[in-house]
Amino acid sequence: MSDGNTILEAATGSSPVAASLKNAYVRFGAFTAIENLSLDVEDGAFYTILGPSGCGKSTMLRLVSDLIPAASGEVNIFGKSTEEARLAREFAFVFQDATLLPWRTALQNVQLPLEIGRKRGVKIPTSDKSPSELLDLVGLSGREDALPHELSGGMRQRVAIARALVCKPKLLLMDEPFGALDEMTRDHLNLQLLKIWQETGVTILFVTHSIPEAVFLGQKVLMLQAHPGRLKEVVEIDLPYPREIKLRDTPEFTRHAAYLRELLEAC
Amino acid sequence: MTMVDKANPGDLEKDDPSELALIEERKFERRRKIESIAIPIGTLICLLLAWQLGVRLFGVPTYIAPAPSDVAGAFIKQFPLLLTNFWPTLFEAVLGFITGNLAAVLIAVAFVHSKTVEKAFFPIAVFINTIPILAIAPILVLIFGAGLTAKVVIAALICFFPTLVNMVRGLQSVSPQALELARILSASKSEIFWKIRLPSSLPFLFSALKIAATTCVIGAIVGEWVGADVGLGALIIDSTFNFRSALLYATVFMSSGLSVVLFASVSIAERMIVRWHT
Repeated sequence: MSDGNTILEAATGSSPVAASLKNAYVRFGAFTAIENLSLDVEDGAFYTILGPSGCGKSTMLRLVSDLIPAASGEVNIFGKSTEEARLAREFAFVFQDATLLPWRTALQNVQLPLEIGRKRGVKIPTSDKSPSELLDLVGLSGREDALPHELSGGMRQRVAIARALVCKPKLLLMDEPFGALDEMTRDHLNLQLLKIWQETGVTILFVTHSIPEAVFLGQKVLMLQAHPGRLKEVVEIDLPYPREIKLRDTPEFTRHAAYLRELLEAC
Repeated sequence: MTMVDKANPGDLEKDDPSELALIEERKFERRRKIESIAIPIGTLICLLLAWQLGVRLFGVPTYIAPAPSDVAGAFIKQFPLLLTNFWPTLFEAVLGFITGNLAAVLIAVAFVHSKTVEKAFFPIAVFINTIPILAIAPILVLIFGAGLTAKVVIAALICFFPTLVNMVRGLQSVSPQALELARILSASKSEIFWKIRLPSSLPFLFSALKIAATTCVIGAIVGEWVGADVGLGALIIDSTFNFRSALLYATVFMSSGLSVVLFASVSIAERMIVRWHT
């Protein structure tokens, strides 16, 4: 694996790093939200981000997605600045709230990213899958013409995921996307997200409040610490994929979850 | 034995308790629907009857208070006259509705895009709104003359303020997350306006347009009171001064009919355009 990467690096001159942060600081006035964050996000990996409230989980995603600037330090996405990456549609964002436009049908909401951005110089890349195929991928075939208020919370979030995939991003930033959903829907969407990750090979940074969700989804868990927000530990979750719901009842799973809980309590 | 025999056919008739409950509920629903229509209509008929009887019983002269039958008679007999005066008022009200709301929408857009413009002009808009329309109408007739323009301006003025306030709120009603989404998609200002802000504001705009649909008629009629020889407002003044009370009442009825027609048109347009706010 590492040999292959080195060869690839030598051949293309680019590292297999999706996003890299070097001594990044984020300040809101006198308040330091993120302090000295350095991290290389491996291309194609699934990261979950966990930490107490106020640790800057969401701020970190907003920093990477060029919504807020770094006070100092450097943030690169596939070797580009965050602004260049935004204009190249290297990344997509899924919010906690689905943030669908209520007057657009499910399909029209998925098409939104294809209609916006040309005036600012975005060359809009398209997925090899059409918007309606993406709705199929998230399990919403037949609901193309439904308006958001006709869909359940879980369905709306699936439309949001399809919308995020429509420009074939290489990095998917997800800010507690399933936080407001019930347990059953959340389980179902977790499985679907893993399937999408394996099919598309997209790198995922996934913020969550839930320890079981962090363990179940992630290859690596980034544990952040609060006041000021900084990286405490990167925990490897060496459970094999494809993962199934019953994985949660295994001792290995419980061991990881217990370890993360201890870390979280020590924060 | 007899007890069992009595019980059995009863059991056969009651096939399913939940289905029975459903039928009961439907009956109840239907009764409630009929009641919701019948009660107001019944009340109206009773009031009209009381009016008719009161006027006839106490021998009130027609020029002071005409009976409903007199008003109905005048409405039918004078219908061509009412209609001739209906069209100018409709025309003024609709023109005023369009110009007043268009101005309000454009100014709201300017307010949302520039805080300075808002600071400069919002107090003036509030001030103009505080002047009673009856006080400003003669001024406008002096400025624009007794023709069409003054009435359109008065109708426009009365529509203006509610639409301005609602439209500003509507354009600002976009959620912060939708704006973050727009930023991630590198949307330009005009893309944000056309694709996000303007559609978001439509439910607010239509609330204002429904108010304007009725007030623009008031504006046109007030304009006609100050100086006009045609229109429902002019007919109201004329029939008052000539003690043609039955005609006066019929004209008032016609004016409120005009408001209802405009209100209904806006409501229908709203239902066709704003399908997402249920």
